[in-house]
Amino acid sequence: MTAATVVTGIGVMAPTGMDAGRHWAATVRGDAAIGPITRFDPEPYSSRLAGEIAGFEPGDHLPSRLLPQTDHMTRLALVAADEALADAGVEPSELPEYAVGVVTASTAGGFEFGHRELEKLWSKGPEHVSAYQSFAWFYAVNTGQISIRHGLRGPSGVLVTEQAGGLDSLAQARRQVRGGIPFMIGGGVDGSPCPWGWVAQQSTGRVSTEQEPDRAYRPFHAGATGHVPGEGGALFVLESADGARARGARTVYGEISGYAATFDPPPGTDRPPTLRRAAELALADAGVTAREVDVVFADAAGVPELDAIEADALRALFGPSGVPVTAPKTMTGRLGAGGAALDLATALLAIRHGVIPPTVNVPRPAPEYELDLVSAPRRARLSVALVLARGHGGFNAAMVVRGPR
Amino acid sequence: MTKLTVTELMEIMRECAGEGEGVAAAGDGLPDTTFELLGYDSLALLETAARIERDYGVRLDDDQVTESETPRELLSLVNGAVTEVA
Repeated sequence: MTAATVVTGIGVMAPTGMDAGRHWAATVRGDAAIGPITRFDPEPYSSRLAGEIAGFEPGDHLPSRLLPQTDHMTRLALVAADEALADAGVEPSELPEYAVGVVTASTAGGFEFGHRELEKLWSKGPEHVSAYQSFAWFYAVNTGQISIRHGLRGPSGVLVTEQAGGLDSLAQARRQVRGGIPFMIGGGVDGSPCPWGWVAQQSTGRVSTEQEPDRAYRPFHAGATGHVPGEGGALFVLESADGARARGARTVYGEISGYAATFDPPPGTDRPPTLRRAAELALADAGVTAREVDVVFADAAGVPELDAIEADALRALFGPSGVPVTAPKTMTGRLGAGGAALDLATALLAIRHGVIPPTVNVPRPAPEYELDLVSAPRRARLSVALVLARGHGGFNAAMVVRGPR
Repeated sequence: MTKLTVTELMEIMRECAGEGEGVAAAGDGLPDTTFELLGYDSLALLETAARIERDYGVRLDDDQVTESETPRELLSLVNGAVTEVA
């Protein structure tokens, strides 16, 4: 049997709160953070709502050297990584050179930075483009900046699988821990709050054009009209259960006990989508049966066709209304590669506090889905949570976490 | 055209690349302290050079810029170019 990999540090930057504690408090209250876009003028666009992180002052958290060279989402990621390391009580400078690695997920890299520099290129000329554009836009930039800031020289990388990335990166981090790396940072923080990023997201046809914040993102609702994009995510410190015990880790939030990823068949084939298969494989990897799962954090696309696929998978695995299902991302919007990472943080906090946080704005799911959708905070003894994520283009990921034993 | 001073150069660097972590400690020895000790890497130098090129209407060779090891060396490069323009 492979030794358990546990989470001992959580860092959150989310519309619901700029650390894990505040995020959890707002999430349990059902305090949604979706509103009109403020980071650029949304007037010319058909979708005008987002889950933004309000009141983030990068200079309060980061040295001035990092500001000219970082995109907004990289700054968020650096702050989340600081929190995760501090929470875990891990100080990389006191550890051997290759003891800590970092794997993050990204959907688009530093889009806002790239937008600004391309605007300079076309309006003023190449001599006005920042030298930092060379890496600030890049998918792997959060991994790079986190590793430089903390001197992390262990194995590093980036996963680009859209919304599934938050889980895929944690799975890669778990692989490295199993391979003997003492500590890994994993997860994702994402967001491209700029016109360029916005039109790119709108081109998927999955972004809601509804203008009322409480009607714009209602997964599993009969009137679902797509989703609202948001910014943020979560990063984690992973280590082996034995290592955590040996060093007397302050908090063990839980074990990453199962994971699987699948890829959907191309459109137009008669083969079924593979989200259900990902969930089955993740449960098998964890060695748990469907009956042992206490709560599911749904991908919750908010697009009727995709909601139906997820509801079918859940019904097939758990039976009609067979497991509590929740989608706290209804409070933040879908955070790209940060979304499933934030769900994983929320799942671990839910297990810790014994409360299933609510899905907001969906008082009753469409009856044909036969879902036990949690629409008000529900006290429950939680041990095992399943987190599902789908990335645009066919990616599916499922992760099982188990509370500390 | 007026020549660039150390104070002006460091101000431009701060605007382009932030405050290097070794700047405050350098004191009077700053002009001859290496950029590495001041906390500036080659990209910080390139970013600074691009700004100087735009503001002072000069051309600087990227290789020469990144080979400059101290503020004094970079100033000498810039002010040589400024003199040529003048």
